[in-house]
Amino acid sequence: MKGRPRTGLAALAPFLWLGVFFLFPFLLVAKLSLSDTALAMPPYAPRVDWSAGWAGVRAFFAALDFETYARLTRDSLYIASYLSSLMFAAVATGILLVIGYPIAYGMSRFAASTRQALLMAVILPFWTSFLIRVYAWIAVLKPEGLLNTFLSQFGLPELNLLNTDTAVYIGLVYAYLPFMVLPLYAVLEKQDQSLLEAAADLGCTRTQAFWRVTFPLSLPGVGAGALLCFIPMVGEFVIPDLLGGSGTLMLGKTIWTEFFANRDWPAASAVAIAMLATLVIPIVLYQRQQTKMIEAGR
Amino acid sequence: MADWGKRLGTAAVGMMALVLASCGQGGPGTLHIYNWSDYIDPAILKDFTKETGVKVVYDTFDSNEVLETKVLQGNTGYDLVVPSNHNVPRYITAGAIQPLDKSKLTGLSNLWPDIMAYMEPFDPGAKYSVPYMWGTIGIGYNKDAIAKRLPGVTIDSWDIVFKPENLAKLKDCGVYWLDASEDMYAVALNYLGKNPNSTALEDYQAATEMFLKARPYIRKFHSSESIEALANGDICIAVGYSGDMLQAKSRAAEAGDKVHLDYVVPKEGSQVWFDVFTIPKDAPNPAAAYKFLDYMLRPEVIARASTFTEYANANKAATALVAPDVRDNPNVYPTPDQLLTLFVTSSKAQPLLRDVNRQWTRVQTGQ
Repeated sequence: MKGRPRTGLAALAPFLWLGVFFLFPFLLVAKLSLSDTALAMPPYAPRVDWSAGWAGVRAFFAALDFETYARLTRDSLYIASYLSSLMFAAVATGILLVIGYPIAYGMSRFAASTRQALLMAVILPFWTSFLIRVYAWIAVLKPEGLLNTFLSQFGLPELNLLNTDTAVYIGLVYAYLPFMVLPLYAVLEKQDQSLLEAAADLGCTRTQAFWRVTFPLSLPGVGAGALLCFIPMVGEFVIPDLLGGSGTLMLGKTIWTEFFANRDWPAASAVAIAMLATLVIPIVLYQRQQTKMIEAGR
Repeated sequence: MADWGKRLGTAAVGMMALVLASCGQGGPGTLHIYNWSDYIDPAILKDFTKETGVKVVYDTFDSNEVLETKVLQGNTGYDLVVPSNHNVPRYITAGAIQPLDKSKLTGLSNLWPDIMAYMEPFDPGAKYSVPYMWGTIGIGYNKDAIAKRLPGVTIDSWDIVFKPENLAKLKDCGVYWLDASEDMYAVALNYLGKNPNSTALEDYQAATEMFLKARPYIRKFHSSESIEALANGDICIAVGYSGDMLQAKSRAAEAGDKVHLDYVVPKEGSQVWFDVFTIPKDAPNPAAAYKFLDYMLRPEVIARASTFTEYANANKAATALVAPDVRDNPNVYPTPDQLLTLFVTSSKAQPLLRDVNRQWTRVQTGQ
């Protein structure tokens, strides 16, 4: 395989972007996670004493340690909140797939002009602030809210959903649905319809054709959609805070408590780094599978 | 401590504001104030600008945690910030706020010595702070709903929100507690006959045990939603801050008088809290901050502020000028007998604070 054509600075842009907006902040957070809390401005130690030159830098590195991480393993709270976050994200991703796939599939079967309009409809909610949309769910789900008013008109029993885990699931699925539909749609829309005709010619029923042709070919979209939803949902803070109950355990809230209530910036950073480190695994797996598929396609 | 806004601000806006606030450095003639939301009569700021020519940029926050995190980071660009009593010693130790030059504050003599005595534990001699408002923590409740479930019971004790047998009867109509670990532990320790400023972990464990027994009956822990929830009739009882609970009461009355609320400071005693003006060490325009502080020390100005917020101020000369329905309400301006049952809290050492917050998480999540 020959090298790609040189594109000069343009090729550097993504690396520059990642370096400035991902790597640099990541290193800052990693450094913080190795520090200790202190009652000072800012509230952590050590800080580099530049006036002392090299000795100052060495003293700085000598004072860093992994004590905060050790503390995370000693308290079951962090593991519990981590597992609970993964659970929320995994279940919500599953529900999103079940709801999002038929939507994307249906959209891709319309005429091109209608498809554009439908695509706009999927993107439309982004025109309203995320926060306002989540607040709107409070108005729907609260005890005297729209849902219960509606139910009582039909003589149905009231539902107490606000401040429960169910409400968190509703919020997650609602907020992330476009992120599932769009990648699925992108894949399904491009599929060659003549493949289905070929399948029919070879004796496949429509259901068989779906499972043997359409679905396997849409797997990259399934993977992309699932990752796009799963990863941010693990660290979601606003939805569990507004819709969840006091007992809803999620990493976002745990980090909030460490950072603000405990004024423990190192612990908050350590939880964030631990979360990031484990989330890298599914991304790497997905990348591998993608590479394999591309190579197989050659 | 008027914890009115929503805590999510801390997540979404908090981090952004850390960055943005540092851009808003004040030029001469501009005063940057950072105070609790819904906590001042806007007309006061207008009049101040008219009189002094100092432009006021007024930003709001909704939790002490957010405020402290920002101020300790430094470079906030604010000239005046308003923390609560139990946070002040930490600001002082960290060197985040500057000692006041009292020669620039001619109105200090208007302050109320009896109330200032409560400030001694957290700011001895009021060297760093000037009180803005003060109030209590107590119980806000829906009179009709409680009377139906606990007939003949006078609501005057913490028993009603801490004893499981009472809570069991109230669970269906909704009980809220504050989501403020230090405040909840202070009133619980006092209720259990312990020192509310205790440094012994066992005392906090005892309070945690009590909380855990009551936990199944608590619908939510929140420091600001209870106002709306009580006023709408969504819940029937809440542990809350005096001004918030009284605000819920007037909102319910305005909204058609279907929900009748009241607020009580329990007889076992409660916490008195202060929100105080302080000047950050790196304030860009301290001269304007002093001008504003002296303005707020005028009896007629602070009286107007109290009438608006329905919280008491610590200005003796102002009391007579506050609207009668606020001034004569013993739940805002406690009687001398009630004052004796009140206590104030100070900062906890970092390890104890961590442990207490950890226990509070256990109360809330069971983990």
